[in-house]
Amino acid sequence: MKIAVCISHVPDTATKINIADNGKEIDPAGVTYIINPYDEFAVEEALTTKETLGDDSEVIAISVGNDKNKETIKKALAMGVDSGVLLKIESQLDSFGIAKALAEEIKAQGCDLVFMGKQSVDFDNQIVGQMTSAILDYSCISVVVDFKLDGQDITCEREIEGGKEVVAAQLPCIITAQKGLNEPRYASLKGIMSAKKKTIEEKSAVETESNTEVIGLKKPPAKNPGRILGTDSSAVHELVRLLREEAKVI
Amino acid sequence: MDNFKGVDYFNTESLLTQEEIMIRDTVRIFVSKQVLPLIEEHYSKGKFPMHLIPQMAEIGLLGPNLPEEYGCAGLNNVAYGLMMQELERGDSGIRSFASVQGSLVMYPIFTFGSEEQKNKWLPLLSKGEKIGCFGLTEPNHGSNPGGMETKAVKVDGGYLLNGTKMWITNGSIADIAIVWGKLKGKVMGFIVEKEFKGFSAPEIRGKHSLRASITSELIFDDVFVPDENILPKTTGLKNPLMCLNQARYGIAWGVVGAMLTCYETALNYAKSRIQFEKPIAAFQMTQEKLVYFLTEITKSQLLNIQMGRMKDNGTLKFAQVSLAKRNNCEKALEIARMSREILGANGISNEYPIMRHSANLESVKTYEGTHEMHTLIVGEDITGYSAFL
Ligand SMILES: Cc1cc2nc3c(=O)[nH]c(=O)nc-3n(C[C@H](O)[C@H](O)[C@H](O)COP(=O)(O)OP(=O)(O)OC[C@H]3O[C@@H](n4cnc5c(N)ncnc54)[C@H](O)[C@@H]3O)c2cc1C
Repeated sequence: MKIAVCISHVPDTATKINIADNGKEIDPAGVTYIINPYDEFAVEEALTTKETLGDDSEVIAISVGNDKNKETIKKALAMGVDSGVLLKIESQLDSFGIAKALAEEIKAQGCDLVFMGKQSVDFDNQIVGQMTSAILDYSCISVVVDFKLDGQDITCEREIEGGKEVVAAQLPCIITAQKGLNEPRYASLKGIMSAKKKTIEEKSAVETESNTEVIGLKKPPAKNPGRILGTDSSAVHELVRLLREEAKVI
Repeated sequence: MDNFKGVDYFNTESLLTQEEIMIRDTVRIFVSKQVLPLIEEHYSKGKFPMHLIPQMAEIGLLGPNLPEEYGCAGLNNVAYGLMMQELERGDSGIRSFASVQGSLVMYPIFTFGSEEQKNKWLPLLSKGEKIGCFGLTEPNHGSNPGGMETKAVKVDGGYLLNGTKMWITNGSIADIAIVWGKLKGKVMGFIVEKEFKGFSAPEIRGKHSLRASITSELIFDDVFVPDENILPKTTGLKNPLMCLNQARYGIAWGVVGAMLTCYETALNYAKSRIQFEKPIAAFQMTQEKLVYFLTEITKSQLLNIQMGRMKDNGTLKFAQVSLAKRNNCEKALEIARMSREILGANGISNEYPIMRHSANLESVKTYEGTHEMHTLIVGEDITGYSAFL
C-alpha cells in the first residue's frame, strides 16, 4: 500500500514573529522553521503502520510550499519516510487551496491511507484534512488518538469533550493526528545520513485558488509591564488586597 | 523541555551542512528530553543512567563515525563532534560513555582488529548490547603509559595476562575491555571478556567529579586470553595513542557543550538577579566575565569546525588535536568556575548545572592526556625538542 503523510513547514512556536511589510504575511527573516508538531505524530503513525504491515508498503511525504519546505521533508525522510514530494506554490494559499493541491497529488500517487496533523500550528485552521477528504471522496477521521488497521477496516479513537469516541471506517481514508496518538521517534543518525540518498520530487502544485483572502495580520496588543510588590512574604497581603480591590478577580 | 539554542555569536552554523545541523539538533533534543531531567539525581547518587544506553544506541550515538557495514552511521567528523558537544551539554559523564564506546573500544577493534573481531563485536557495540572499556592507565603510570607494567606471556593457545589498570571509565559495566599490555616488551592490545577467569573490575568510589559515570580498577590475575582475542594489527604504544587521539578530538568538541550551558545559565541569572537595585548583568565586572566566556566559546567553535574539516580531509596532525583539547578544556573549566561566581551561592546548588560541570571538567582536563602533557606535545611539534621523553 502507498501511504501518504502530509506535512507542513511552520515557524517554531518559540520563535518571535514579525509581520512582513505587506501587512499580510509573516516576515520569514530570523524565524526558525520546524515540522508542524502534529505532523510528527502523523509521520510516526504512517511509519509504524508500514512496519506493522511488514510488506512492501511505502510512505510518501507531501508538502505544499516553497524550497524551504525541503528542510521539513528531509526531517521526515530522516525519520524513515521513503520519499518526498514538494508541491511548489507561488503565493500563500488558504486551507482550501492547500487541500486541493494535496488531493490532486494523493490521487496521482494512488494513496489509500493518508495521515496528517489535526492542525498546523501556524494558522490553526484545523480543516485541511477534512477538506482534502471531501475533495477526494475519502472518509476522514479527525483528532485521532488511537489508530488500528485490519485489512480495509480502520478503527480509531477520537478525543471528544469529556471522553473518547470510537469510530470505524474503511479505506480510503484520511486520519488527522492528535497529540497522544504515539511518541514520535527521533530521526536516528543513520536515518539522517540515508535521507541524503532519498529523493524529493519537486513539481508545481495544480493551479488552485484560495476561497478566502487574508486582509491583514496584527500582533496582539502589548502587555502592560508587571509590577513587583516585594520579594518576601510581606508582599502576599498586598497582593491579595490588590487582586481583590484593584483587579477585582477574587 | 528546555528550548536550548546555544549561543552562536559568529553564525558558525552557516559553516555546517544541513545534515550536520540535523544531527546536532537530534542529539540536542535527546539531551533535553532524556538526559537533563534525570542527570542531577544520578550525579548525586553516583550512578550512571544505564537505561539511556539502548536509547543512545537507537539514535546511533555509539561509534557513529564508523562505516555502515558494521551497523554504524558513517558520519563525518564535524557531525561526530557536534554530537559530542550536545552530549556534554548534558553531562561530561554521558559524553565520556559515548567517547569510550566509540573512540576507545570500537575504533581500536575497527582499526587493529581482524575481520572476525570486527564482525563479531562492532554491531553488538553499536547496538549497545555490549559495553566496552579501555585500559591503558595504571596505578603507577598515567602520563607515561610507556612504563606500563601489565604484561602478557605466550602460552599454548593464547596469552596469560597480569597487571592492574586504574581510572577506567565504564570498567565495572563493561562486557569487554580493550587492554594494553607488554608482550616481550612491545605494547599489544587484547580484548578481555568479562567472563574470563582472573579478571575483575571493582568500581572506584568517592569521586567528586564525573559522578554520573562509572570509573573502575581492572585487575588481571593470570587471565587466559585466547589467541583470537589479541588485536592482530597492534604493533606498539602508538596504537593506544591513536585511540586517544580520536577521543581527544571528541573531547575538544564536547567541552564546548559544557561552555554553552554554563554561559547561558550565567547570562540568564545575571539578567534577573538584582543587587543594589540593578540586575548584576549591569555591572561592568559581570559583563567582563560574560564577554570573556562568549569570546572563548566563539574561538573554540571556529577551531573545532576547522579541526573537523581537516580531520575529514586527512590533513589533521595529532599535535593540532592536542592544542584543541588543551585549550578547550582549560577554557571550559575556567568558564564553569567563573559562571559559578556569577551565580554566587546559587552557583553551588544542584538547581543549576554549573557546579556539576565545573567538577566534571576537572577530570576532563586531566584524562586523555593532562593539560601539561598536551603543552609538551605541541611544544615538541613546534620546537623539535621533546621535553618529556
Ligand atoms: C574520571 C576519569 C576517567 C578516566 N578514564 C580512563 C580510561 O577510561 N582509560 C584510561 O586508560 N585512563 C583513564 N583515566 C586516566 C587518565 O587518562 C589519567 O589520569 C591521566 O592520563 C593522568 O595520569 P595520572 O592521573 O596518573 O597523573 P600523573 O601522570 O601522575 O600526573 C600528575 C601531574 O603531573 C604532571 N606531569 C606528569 N608528567 C609530566 C611532565 N613530563 N611534565 C610536566 N608535568 C607532568 C601531570 O600533568 C599532572 O599534572 C581516567 C581518569 C579520570 C580522572
